Amino acid sequence: MRTLDSDVIVDAVAGMCIHANRYLPEDVQRCFAQCSSKESVPAAREIFRQLTENCTLAARTGLPLCQDTGLACFFVELGQDLHIMGRNIREAINDGVRKGYDEGRLRKSACDPFTRANTGDNTPSVIHFDIVPGDTLRISFMAKGGGSENMSRVTMLAPAEGWEGIRKFVLQRVAEAGPNPCPPIVVGIGIGGTFDYAPVLAKKALLRKLGDRNPDPGLDAREKELLADINKLGIGPMGLGGLTTALDVKMAVSPCHIASLPLAVNIQCHSARHEEVEL
Amino acid sequence: MAEYRMNAPLSDADAEKLRCGDVVFLSGVIYTARDAAHKRLMDLLDQNMELPFDLKGAVIYYVGPSPAPEGRPIGSAGPTTSYRMDSYAPRLHGLGVKASIGKGRRNAEVINALKKFGGVYFGATGGAGALLSMRIAEARVIAFEDLGTEAIRELKVSEFPLLVINDSQGGDLYVTPDRKAVGLE
Repeated sequence: MRTLDSDVIVDAVAGMCIHANRYLPEDVQRCFAQCSSKESVPAAREIFRQLTENCTLAARTGLPLCQDTGLACFFVELGQDLHIMGRNIREAINDGVRKGYDEGRLRKSACDPFTRANTGDNTPSVIHFDIVPGDTLRISFMAKGGGSENMSRVTMLAPAEGWEGIRKFVLQRVAEAGPNPCPPIVVGIGIGGTFDYAPVLAKKALLRKLGDRNPDPGLDAREKELLADINKLGIGPMGLGGLTTALDVKMAVSPCHIASLPLAVNIQCHSARHEEVEL
Repeated sequence: MAEYRMNAPLSDADAEKLRCGDVVFLSGVIYTARDAAHKRLMDLLDQNMELPFDLKGAVIYYVGPSPAPEGRPIGSAGPTTSYRMDSYAPRLHGLGVKASIGKGRRNAEVINALKKFGGVYFGATGGAGALLSMRIAEARVIAFEDLGTEAIRELKVSEFPLLVINDSQGGDLYVTPDRKAVGLE
């Protein structure tokens, strides 16, 4: 059995929080360049220009890309043959968030839902644990902003509604969200499972790289179909019109009850900040 | 669509000549306030108490900045989504506020208040917080310090880049999604 000191987890998490909030993933930046070159609406091109300049400035100055540095969300795959020494793994991750958000001068956005009093250190973070074979620890971090999260929805469709029902719900959601979630967006879609599990699938799907292929050819075709349809809505960057309403669509499915068709749409803003580490 | 350089606080004439689609580079003094600060402003108004800044011609920026790093007045400082302030905005426009800065759609009550009181709603680019921070020369907390990022700050801005989304004539720049194109209508 391998052992891992919890201090290693704290430092790795702190590092991811800081780095992810300053440097936009390369696949997202590449997607900006590709989409911008297809735009003919001047406002759309200007938004892409500003977003690209924003990336350069954040990297140069150390300022976060966006003032909303997110609620810290994690997907953790813990190898069952790994022993963690020191802190409990949840404490270690939260200590890493405290350290990263403090040292990186990141905004603390976590608050009590009733009193709205800020918890002061951006914890507790939202952590999804999975126990997997092996002796390594894989932690994926997502700085999830509130504006795009507010535009996300979950619904329980009737099985009879099928793909057409799914398609309409997603398109309607993106249309209603309009300029609010900072388009161009990434749309994470979770289908199946239960009322609580579909949104987890949707959020996890957002960790995939933009422009990658879904390993399931059927889902891959549906992602492409939905992306094309979403972009026909014409909302465009920041809602000012154009070809790029979404940068990509990511779908994940799981079997569900014979009575149900759970569907979750998790919207991610263009500042798609996430990072992964294996320890 | 015109391009203007204007100073805040805004005059009635400046606010009324703007049309949706115009680009404005705004300099001068503006005030930050988002959800929690708006709620406190309403409480002060309800109790007939003095507000922390003069509303006449005021421009309110919906922003909760990240902490200022060493040597800079403010951290990243882009707009937050405006609809959450829709329930407060008409009352503030009625008391002299000329403009707000945010991102995303406003409701009919806000659009009517802009018409009635000659106001304007500016959009700034969401998610461009580092870029917009560069146009802020000074920042000072003037009220509700306990709210942290949500405190009211007086900002001195220089050529802050804005786009007129809603004007005093009822104009709206945001695109209506083409639902027909995808069979939703």
